[in-house]
Amino acid sequence: MKEQNSYRAAYRAAFPHTLPVLTGYLFIGIAFGVMFADKGYNFIWAGVMSLLVYAGSGQYLAVNFFDPSVSLAQVLFMTVMVNIRHVFYGLSLLDRFQVCKKKKPYMIFSLTDETYSLYFLTKTPPGVDEGKFLFAIASLDQLYWIAGSVIGAVAGSVIPFNSEGIDFAMTALFIVIFVEQWLDKKNRFAAACGAVMSVICILIFGRENFILPAMLCVLVILPARRKLKSGKEEEGDD
Amino acid sequence: MPVSFSRSVIIIVLVAAVTFATRLAPFALFPSGKKVPKAVKALGKMLPPAVIGMLVIYCLKGITPLSYPYGLPEIISAAVVAALHIFKRNNLLSIGTGTVLYMILVQYVFV
Repeated sequence: MKEQNSYRAAYRAAFPHTLPVLTGYLFIGIAFGVMFADKGYNFIWAGVMSLLVYAGSGQYLAVNFFDPSVSLAQVLFMTVMVNIRHVFYGLSLLDRFQVCKKKKPYMIFSLTDETYSLYFLTKTPPGVDEGKFLFAIASLDQLYWIAGSVIGAVAGSVIPFNSEGIDFAMTALFIVIFVEQWLDKKNRFAAACGAVMSVICILIFGRENFILPAMLCVLVILPARRKLKSGKEEEGDD
Repeated sequence: MPVSFSRSVIIIVLVAAVTFATRLAPFALFPSGKKVPKAVKALGKMLPPAVIGMLVIYCLKGITPLSYPYGLPEIISAAVVAALHIFKRNNLLSIGTGTVLYMILVQYVFV
């Protein structure tokens, strides 16, 4: 059992689950590296930024910050806005991250959309330590991201095949998780609520500014529905 | 480099700190040991499907339903991913097929 509980077992078990993120992160990481290199920052800058920041849309946006016309206050404000959804992610992982102990700060730091989503697609296999398994997913994902951004900064323009559309891997990953959640009837209302509110908020606020209002709608609707339901039937707490 | 070395470092550190702060917020608000209110726990359980629903739409927000290609590459590929996944329940098969199909559609069909 000792060998089974090692990091090796955890990484071996986690790797196949991270393949969609490998595909996606490599290529959107490359795109970031290319953009950053165009600004005059070499692969060391790209690698360090991906190591320290580690945020997809956040880093895409941040490329624009390296300009004399952008103030630090603007940097602060825009980064908060693009990352505000992350404020709510941890709420679903307060208990699950307990097992990570010393690794917990890294688990929180590395909580990107894709890593967060993978946690709800994967179950820790028997015999593998849950904390190590989650850590393996998180660290592999970041490794792909750093690798992608470094490759992009060094050689982004000489990729030997047309990679247009490969970032759909990320969309497909979210769709797969959406289907998984949908197949469990008790998730359906919340899943539909998130999607429908997003579409409505895109129509009202535009495609660049819909996340925050959509998130707020969800935060009002889901508890309200729970209250309504708990009045009618027994609470299904487990 | 359009701004100085030190300015670049400051920007990276600032973006890193703010990004981490947004991810840290719920854990700081409800540290281990402190009892998490029931309503927050329930919310934490309901949020993942809603967030995934939002992220799907977020990924598809670039489509143009009213002008060519009318979002068809995305809609077709997304439908194939969902259908394949309902019938086969194999993550890599669904994601791999959908991605290759999408690449073919945007590179050769809807050009």
